[in-house]
Amino acid sequence: MSLLDVNGLTISYAALPEPVVDRLDLSMERGEALGLVGESGAGKTQTALAIMGLLTPHATVQGQVLFDGFALAGQTAKVLNRFRARRLAMVFQDPKQALNPYLPIGEQLKRVLLEHRIVDRRAARGRALELLRRVRLPDAERQYRSYPHQLSGGMRQRAMIALALACEPELLIADEPTTALDVTVQAQVLKLLKELRAQTGIGLLLITHDLGVVAENCERMLVMHRGRLLEQGSTRTVFRNPQQQRTKEMLAAAARLDHRPPERPPVSALPVLLVDRISVRFREAPSGWKRQGSRGVVGNVSFSLAPGETLGIVGESGCGKTSLARALVGLVAADTGSVCLSAEPLAARVADRAPEERRDLQMVFQDPVASLSPAMKVGSIIAEPVALHEPGLRRDERNDRVASALGRAGLDPSLLQRFPHELSGGQAQRVAISRALVLQPKVLICDEAVAALDGTVRRAILDLLAAEQRRSGLSLVFITHDLAVVRQISHRVLVMYMGGIAELADNENLFARPRHPYTRALLDAVPQADPERVPPALPIEGEVSTEGRPSGCPFHPRCAYAVARCREEVPALRQVDGVEVACHRAEELDLR
Amino acid sequence: MRALPTAGALRQVTGGAAVRVSTGILLVITIAALVGPSLSSHDYFSMNLGERLEPPTLNDTRFFGTDDLGRDLFVRTMSGTRITLLVAIVASFVSLVLGVAYGAVAGYAGGKVDAFMMRIVDALYALPFIFLVILLMVAFERNFLLIFVAIGAINWLDMARIVRGQTLSLKEREFVAAARLIGVPPVVIVFRHIVPNLLGVVVVYITLTIPQAILVESFLSFLGLGIQEPRTSLGALVNGGISHMEGAPWVLLIPATLLAVILMSFNFLGDGLRDAVDPRLKAR
Repeated sequence: MSLLDVNGLTISYAALPEPVVDRLDLSMERGEALGLVGESGAGKTQTALAIMGLLTPHATVQGQVLFDGFALAGQTAKVLNRFRARRLAMVFQDPKQALNPYLPIGEQLKRVLLEHRIVDRRAARGRALELLRRVRLPDAERQYRSYPHQLSGGMRQRAMIALALACEPELLIADEPTTALDVTVQAQVLKLLKELRAQTGIGLLLITHDLGVVAENCERMLVMHRGRLLEQGSTRTVFRNPQQQRTKEMLAAAARLDHRPPERPPVSALPVLLVDRISVRFREAPSGWKRQGSRGVVGNVSFSLAPGETLGIVGESGCGKTSLARALVGLVAADTGSVCLSAEPLAARVADRAPEERRDLQMVFQDPVASLSPAMKVGSIIAEPVALHEPGLRRDERNDRVASALGRAGLDPSLLQRFPHELSGGQAQRVAISRALVLQPKVLICDEAVAALDGTVRRAILDLLAAEQRRSGLSLVFITHDLAVVRQISHRVLVMYMGGIAELADNENLFARPRHPYTRALLDAVPQADPERVPPALPIEGEVSTEGRPSGCPFHPRCAYAVARCREEVPALRQVDGVEVACHRAEELDLR
Repeated sequence: MRALPTAGALRQVTGGAAVRVSTGILLVITIAALVGPSLSSHDYFSMNLGERLEPPTLNDTRFFGTDDLGRDLFVRTMSGTRITLLVAIVASFVSLVLGVAYGAVAGYAGGKVDAFMMRIVDALYALPFIFLVILLMVAFERNFLLIFVAIGAINWLDMARIVRGQTLSLKEREFVAAARLIGVPPVVIVFRHIVPNLLGVVVVYITLTIPQAILVESFLSFLGLGIQEPRTSLGALVNGGISHMEGAPWVLLIPATLLAVILMSFNFLGDGLRDAVDPRLKAR
């Protein structure tokens, strides 16, 4: 008998015209790792919630969910609680919301253990600590007493896994367990899940939109699209020989690091954007007896951008890449350093810049829906910059501009009358791009502009930006945490670590021969959509320090190659074989 | 998935029995207040001392009877309702315009300007308003306009605080950053990008301030400081009815009941709207 059997599962809501999950069949053997993939809205999470019996009462559920031969669907909470936690458990995408903010981690673990009578009161603490050590939480004794907000995202997800494993369930459902995490931390958490599976023989239903994660972690996979099962089979077979057109498209759009880098434009003498030793500090609010202090988030970053060039900026969250972007456009004022646009120095704040300077330097934000005013129609959103910068235009001329910008972004003119909430994520981002490009800027800064989008949509947006660049010679600064995106579109790449430049190299060089150990670690951590590839052992230990800057090289506590000098002396950014790198050992190390 | 809470909330509003019933009641009362007096053969100020304190009857359209001066209570109640609703709506409008503009400007400007503007609000909060209104009424002529101004002046403070709080969070949103990058002037950002996105909260708050304004007006009229004879409001009618509570209870009960029904309907409507708007705010 299989461990989990789902037959004809249909989930519908009265408010929606179509069921969110439509006649889904799924079956899992004991100890198997099954990947459930699909784009957002495919019904993956709904399926998981239905199996756990966690759907809202509004949902109508039809079909069968058999766990070890026992029908779960339609049972009362009392019956389900004999299964939940004890035999099947779930890990959610956002551990911050899944953990109780008012209880220390250890207390939460103890409660689960006592509730299910796994151990008695005296043994609970010991068992909870053992679980925390098992998920490799560093300094388990301390984390036992810590509250969720005191832990980093990666540590919270480890704690969440410890909670799920507390009663030694037979099946673990992990819903996008690493989507909210940095790529390096993601690699650590996935490795942990792999090890736990090897130790305990627990079955894993891994829900993700990331084909790379499935390729590296699951033997079998199941592809969903709009609530329906598209295809299933062994991971290797599906990747090698996809049957459905939609699967083929998803695979084609999947993150890969072996794309050919784009052709570099002829380098002209005059850079369009010149950034010279820019630093951003955030003032911290004075609290209690503490005097008002400040914290450096970007330190001494310099780079130049040629016309028609794309510079990718990558780094883990908190490395200062968004602050850098906001300082470039003047949303936050840089404390020191200068930004020159076409050799003209810019004022620190956007309000003090000349209208043409504002026009020439535009930005696209991460969350497409949040970057459009909810109360304005698409037409007025795109028309606003035109009306402001060219007040002399007649109404029909302005409408022509808006329509042509919309057309270049690949959108239908019928969308002009829509409100932002009536658009899909991809459409909303195209509208945001149209608004930024309607003034024909020289430089466009994209801050995680495709991070919130599904694979195929992401690819279409990147193609759109590349086409616009070819057409108008636009320069792009593309900020992202996703190395596959950088590989696909940038000519040069800037790697940031704790506010500073770790490495600045052209695309080909960076991926073929990284000079900084941090770059190597980032590259190794990216899960690749290739089940044949043997993933590197463990790319990188630890997480970005939250307790102030380490002495010497900021990366040395996590660096496998650190020597005494790295702990004492801050490495300067210097040229090594045409690459700018901040590492003492850049010449001697071979990180290929 | 994301659409679901909103859909649920909308269903709650359109389908919520309390909201539907209270909307219906308010409509009926408003229409009656507008057209009622013209249907009757009586007017609100003619006295007829021969027909004092008549009980309600269907004869001669004296549906609510007469008061101690023989004036027709049906017409007086309806025109009193008209004035009560008018005061409430005008006062809420004053608080809407003043409160939204003040709060949005303070919130968007931030820093010292915000601190200064909000300290003025705090100072006004500290004034004992009812006492002040009474003083105003005594010092100046008892003026119809003064009531509007006085009640509006109380309500806009709350509105300004609520709007400022919402503005503080809205101005960090990316669409405001995008507008700044385009070069939209700050005043335009406030009124084109921020204020329209506040409307949900504002509408809810207004439906909750209307009953508050009605109460203040009734209270003033009850004290004899509000609407002056021969004009009347529900509060003034209740005041007049008190002295005949034993002999002619309808003179008190009819306007008092109507006042209570109006207040409850507005409160239910406001609660319903708030429930509808809240989850949407969270989902965003």
